[in-house]
Amino acid sequence: MKRAWWKGLVVPAALIVLAELAMRVQGSTSMSLAAPSDIVAAFFAILFDGSLLLATRDTLVSAGIGLAAGGFIGLALGILFGLVKPLDRLMEVTIEAIRPIPSVAILPIAMLVFGFGYRMEIAIVAFSCLWPVMIMTRSAMAGIEPRLLEVSRALRLSTWDRVHKIVLPAALPRIMVAFRLAASIALVVAVTVEIAANPLGLGYGILVAQQALQPAVMLAYLVWIGIVGYLLNAALSLMQQRLFGRAGRVEAAS
Amino acid sequence: MRAPDTTVKAAAPVIAFDKITLAFGAKTIISDLSLEIGRGEIVCVIGPSGCGKTTALRVAGGLIPPTKGTVRLLGEPMAGPRRDVAIVFQDYAKALLPWRTAAGNISLALEAAGVAQSERGDRIRDLLTKVGLAGHEDKYPTEMSGGMQQRIQIARCLAQDPAVLLMDEPFGALDAMTRQGLQDEMLAIVAETGATVFFVTHDLEEAVYLGDRVIGLLPHPGRIGIDQRIDLPRPRNQLETRETLEFLRLRRTLFDFIEKAEH
Ligand SMILES: Nc1ncnc2c1ncn2[C@@H]1O[C@H](COP(=O)(O)OP(=O)(O)O)[C@@H](O)[C@H]1O
Ligand SMILES: [Mg+2]
Repeated sequence: MKRAWWKGLVVPAALIVLAELAMRVQGSTSMSLAAPSDIVAAFFAILFDGSLLLATRDTLVSAGIGLAAGGFIGLALGILFGLVKPLDRLMEVTIEAIRPIPSVAILPIAMLVFGFGYRMEIAIVAFSCLWPVMIMTRSAMAGIEPRLLEVSRALRLSTWDRVHKIVLPAALPRIMVAFRLAASIALVVAVTVEIAANPLGLGYGILVAQQALQPAVMLAYLVWIGIVGYLLNAALSLMQQRLFGRAGRVEAAS
Repeated sequence: MRAPDTTVKAAAPVIAFDKITLAFGAKTIISDLSLEIGRGEIVCVIGPSGCGKTTALRVAGGLIPPTKGTVRLLGEPMAGPRRDVAIVFQDYAKALLPWRTAAGNISLALEAAGVAQSERGDRIRDLLTKVGLAGHEDKYPTEMSGGMQQRIQIARCLAQDPAVLLMDEPFGALDAMTRQGLQDEMLAIVAETGATVFFVTHDLEEAVYLGDRVIGLLPHPGRIGIDQRIDLPRPRNQLETRETLEFLRLRRTLFDFIEKAEH
C-alpha cells in the first residue's frame, strides 16, 4: 500500500504556485482573476464574518429539500410505473414530452407562482431531480431478476411483501445511484437559480462578489462550492456502503 | 424403506395432468399430456432439450395455466402457485436474494407462511442442519459454493413444508462429486418427509438412480414417449446401485429412447 499518494497533488500544486507567481509579477488588478493567496485570505474573511456559512446553509437547505421532495416523488412514480405496466405505457409519451425541458426554463413560472425565496428554488430543484430518479427507478425495477419475482409468486408473497422484501431491495443499489446523480444535479441547479434570480445562497454570494468587483471573494466561493460538492458526494458514497454492507458491494460488483 | 403405495396412489394422485395442452401463441409446446403421480413417488422427467420439461414443471407449479386440460393437486384443480408445492430452480444463484444471508433466504419462506418471528430461528437452524449447512447461517449467497447455494434453495423449499417438490435440473450445474452428494441427501430428505417429487433432469443415470419412475418426453410438441418403472431397491447406493445389471439395462433403455427422440 506504499503508493506515492502525493504524486497526484504535484500538478495542482505547481499550477497554484504558477498562478501566484504570474499574478504577483504582473501586478494584476484583474476583475475576474485573483492570486491564490488572496483567494485564501478572502475565504477566511467570508468564513469568519459568517456570510459563507449562512450562504452554504441556504443553498444546502434548498438543494436538500428539493432533492428530498423531487426524489421522493420520482421514486414513488418510478415504483408505480414499474409495478403497473399499463400505467407506464399510458404515461410514456407525456413523460417524454416534459422531461427534456431544461429545469432552469421553468424559472419564470416558478417565480410567478412562488416569488423569490426558498420555495421557488426548492420547486425548481425538485423538478430537476424528479426525472432522473423516476426514470432510473423505473429501469431498476425493469432490471430485477425475473427469477426472484417468480420465487415471490411461488411463495405467494402479498403485494406489499413483494414490493418491500423483493422489488425494493433488488432495485435499491441502482436507486441509490440515481439519488447520487440527483444530489449533484440538485447542487448545480440550486446554485444556478441563485445566480440567475434568487437572492440567497452560494450562487448569490458569487454574483454579489462579482458585481462588487471582488474577484478573490468570487473565486473563494467557487472553490468552496467545489469542496461542498465533493464532500456531498463522498458522504453519499459512504452512506451507500454503510447501507448495503457486504451484500451491497457484492451486488454492485456483479 | 419407501415404496410407492399403490393403493393410496389409486385413491388420490398427488399430481394429475388431465389432457394438458400448452401453447405460447401459435406454437404448441405440450400436447394432450396426461400423467398421474402418486403420493411419495419420485418421478424423473427426461427428454431432448426444448421438448417442454421445464414448461411441464411450471404448469405443475401453477406458474403458467394450461391452454387446455386441467391440473389437479391432491384432487383440487390448480388455480395458481401453492405454498405446499415448492419449486427448486436450476439457477440457484438467481433464485436466492443476494442481500439476504443463508438464514434470511430460508426465512423468506417462513415469513411468507406467516410463521411467528420467535419460531423462525429454531426452524431455520433445523433446516440448515438438514441440508448439511449448520453454522453457515450468516453467510451471503455469493460467499458460498454452488453446492451450498443449491442447498440453501432446497432448505427454503423445505421451509414451505411441501407435499410436492418440483425440481428443474437442480444439480445440473454442479460438479460430479457435489451432485452425487446432493442426490443422496435429497433421497434421504424425501424419504423422511414423504414428499412427492417431480424431478427434471438431462442426466439419464441421475434419473434412474433417483426415480421410482422415469417419464421420457418427445419433442414438437411435448408428449409422453416412455413411462418406465424403476424397481431398483432402496436405499440406493452410489457405487452398488450404479453397478447392478438392472441399472445398466434401464440406462440403456432410456439412452435408446433419447437417441430416437432426438431424430
Ligand atoms: N415464455 C415462453 N414463450 C414462448 N416460448 C417458450 C416460452 N418458454 C419456453 N418456450 C419454448 O418452449 C419450448 C420448451 O421449452 P422448455 O420447457 O424450457 O424445454 P426444456 O426444459 O425441455 O429444455 C422451447 O422451444 C422454448 O423455446
Ligand atoms: Mg429446461
